[in-house]
Amino acid sequence: MTTRIDTRFAELAKQGRSAFVTFLMAGDPDPATSLEIIKALPKSGADVIEIGMPFTDPMADGPSIQAAGLRALKAGMTLKKTLELVRGFRKDDNATPIVLMGYYNPIYIYGVDKFLVDAKSAGVDGLIIVDLPPEEDNELCLPAMKAGLNFIRLATPTTDDKRLPAVLANTSGFVYYVSITGITGAATADSSAVSEAVARIKRHTKLPVCVGFGIRTPETARDIASHANGAVVGTALVDALRNSLDAEGRATGKTVNAVAELTAALAQGVRGAQQAAE
Amino acid sequence: MNIAKPNSYRSGPDDRGHFGIFGGRFVAETLMPLILDLEKAYTEAKADPAFQAEMNGYLKNYVGRPSPLYFAERLTEHLGGARIYLKREELNHTGSHKVNNVLGQIMLARRMGKKRIIAETGAGQHGVATATLCARFGLECIVYMGAVDVERQQPNVIRMEMLGATVMPVQSGTRTLKDAMNEALRDWVTNVHNTFYCIGTVAGPHPYPTLVRDFQSIIGNETKAQMQEIEGRLPDSLVACIGGGSNAMGLFHPFLDDPSVEIFGVEAAGHGLTQLHAASIAGGRPGVLHGNRTYLLMDADGQIQDAHSISAGLDYPGIGPEHSWLHEVGRVNYLSATDDEALAAFQLLSKLEGIIPALEPAHAIAKVLELAPKRPRDHLMVVNLSGRGDKDVPQVGDILRGKSK
Ligand SMILES: Cc1ncc(COP(=O)(O)O)c(C=O)c1O
Repeated sequence: MTTRIDTRFAELAKQGRSAFVTFLMAGDPDPATSLEIIKALPKSGADVIEIGMPFTDPMADGPSIQAAGLRALKAGMTLKKTLELVRGFRKDDNATPIVLMGYYNPIYIYGVDKFLVDAKSAGVDGLIIVDLPPEEDNELCLPAMKAGLNFIRLATPTTDDKRLPAVLANTSGFVYYVSITGITGAATADSSAVSEAVARIKRHTKLPVCVGFGIRTPETARDIASHANGAVVGTALVDALRNSLDAEGRATGKTVNAVAELTAALAQGVRGAQQAAE
Repeated sequence: MNIAKPNSYRSGPDDRGHFGIFGGRFVAETLMPLILDLEKAYTEAKADPAFQAEMNGYLKNYVGRPSPLYFAERLTEHLGGARIYLKREELNHTGSHKVNNVLGQIMLARRMGKKRIIAETGAGQHGVATATLCARFGLECIVYMGAVDVERQQPNVIRMEMLGATVMPVQSGTRTLKDAMNEALRDWVTNVHNTFYCIGTVAGPHPYPTLVRDFQSIIGNETKAQMQEIEGRLPDSLVACIGGGSNAMGLFHPFLDDPSVEIFGVEAAGHGLTQLHAASIAGGRPGVLHGNRTYLLMDADGQIQDAHSISAGLDYPGIGPEHSWLHEVGRVNYLSATDDEALAAFQLLSKLEGIIPALEPAHAIAKVLELAPKRPRDHLMVVNLSGRGDKDVPQVGDILRGKSK
């Protein structure tokens, strides 16, 4: 089964460049503005879009993304509305891959089978679920693969060579390398450690490897993108969004542009990278 | 409930940490290797007689075990039914049952060579126990505590600081125990290379619910032997309060396969089950949080709801996975007590027995006030007095003065 993710990475490989992957929270700061923002991302240079599914207790996220989730929940966001957001985006973009990222409980409560059907029909291509390690593959990973969705696994600095095969076994789409031990928005990735880690993962898999956590600037994005098949930026975009809000946390006329401009700058950084040899 | 009755209620979990559908290992990949290491270290320690011998030495001479099983004569007379025994966990060093588990986990941390210990705490009893053993063994100790709880459990905050621990007030979410646990998990993900997470109850990813249960089972094992000595037989019923459920599981587990023993867990009903409360079995349903599948308070979208209890130690929207299973198979009856019922029981036990209980076990006492009068006079009822009320004296004093004004 070929997904939009597979197609996109194949295209990029032909062009000889790495992917720029953006992360923003669904419904932040409100559902309507969120859709506008997501729609603006491909035009600004995003190659793959990750959309966070808001959750009250995001235990792998730092303060920025925690706050983004709470803003979205306060604005009435639900998992159902997150799928509507994707559907809305798909009306005029059928090529940019969409990956939903978040925690398992809202999906479990929605109902795994129903969720997979609805996500697929809304135009979702892949899932990243932080609290589902390979030990829990029966829960969602295997059903998702069957439903034709990529299940993208996180590999981390603590995933050693012994464990990597288990982590990669049911992974598809791409591998997301978490460049630091820590939560989102905390430390900055060290590019030499990242390049070593990516090389190590590539010894075990043919899948593209994208790197995230700790990338905030076009310079770091370029640096990391030169060692990997993609660079993921989340917290910096979420912060740009937040800084554009009014005192009550509502969207202003600047909000969509603030995110689009930073996206464009980061995308330029990524496009400036010399992609590492396969 | 159409769930097959198992041959034994004591054989769980399976090798993937499941009690029926509950439990599991729902954690970030960063933590998985360490969780597997911990499981291995615990399996080895369990099989090592030197580990048990060292634990026993500290349990006796440092913690002060065994804790007495005390016949509450005046409470029994007052209620006119079952003979009520109190398992005096409040007499342990640091004032609660929490120390039994912390001792075990700190010994494991030492075996694993971890020098930095983190913990979450609600009432502060688990934090105090952790700070105490870290002081004893010269380990760095960081305790995450919701800002609301820092406020209402000041005496324990001061104790932890005196013991050399760093108390980190948590401002995220509802600023109570659930958020303290989130923040501790965030610390752990960040400092996984040198840090041991000492979880305070029978929750979290496998193997925590099992190892905490095993370390707390000394409560039930002692009770069994003591009751045999005093009355020459098994008790007829057991009652314990439930936050995450560690004092309850410690008392219950050794009796699960004794069918004549009725077992009652008491959740916190806060302002009442139709309002804000912390009774996850009475008011929740199965979901996934903090590393395990269990009963949780949540909305229709799977978002975790705010819990409320007068008692910081019970103010948690979940419960240990083994309790969820014991509920579904029908072995344990889960009841609940409101803030007001707990406050009344707190005062009654203080005046009748000269024992000021913590607000947490005051919830168990509150249900004893209902259960005991309906039982015959030869019925033997054991209540786990999981902690003493010193930490609650300022809070309860304020409430009572406010009420009497
Ligand atoms: C004295 C006491 N009892 C009970 C509890 C609740 O925890 P658990 O249900 O794990 O025993 C606490 C928690 O802080 C406590 O301090």
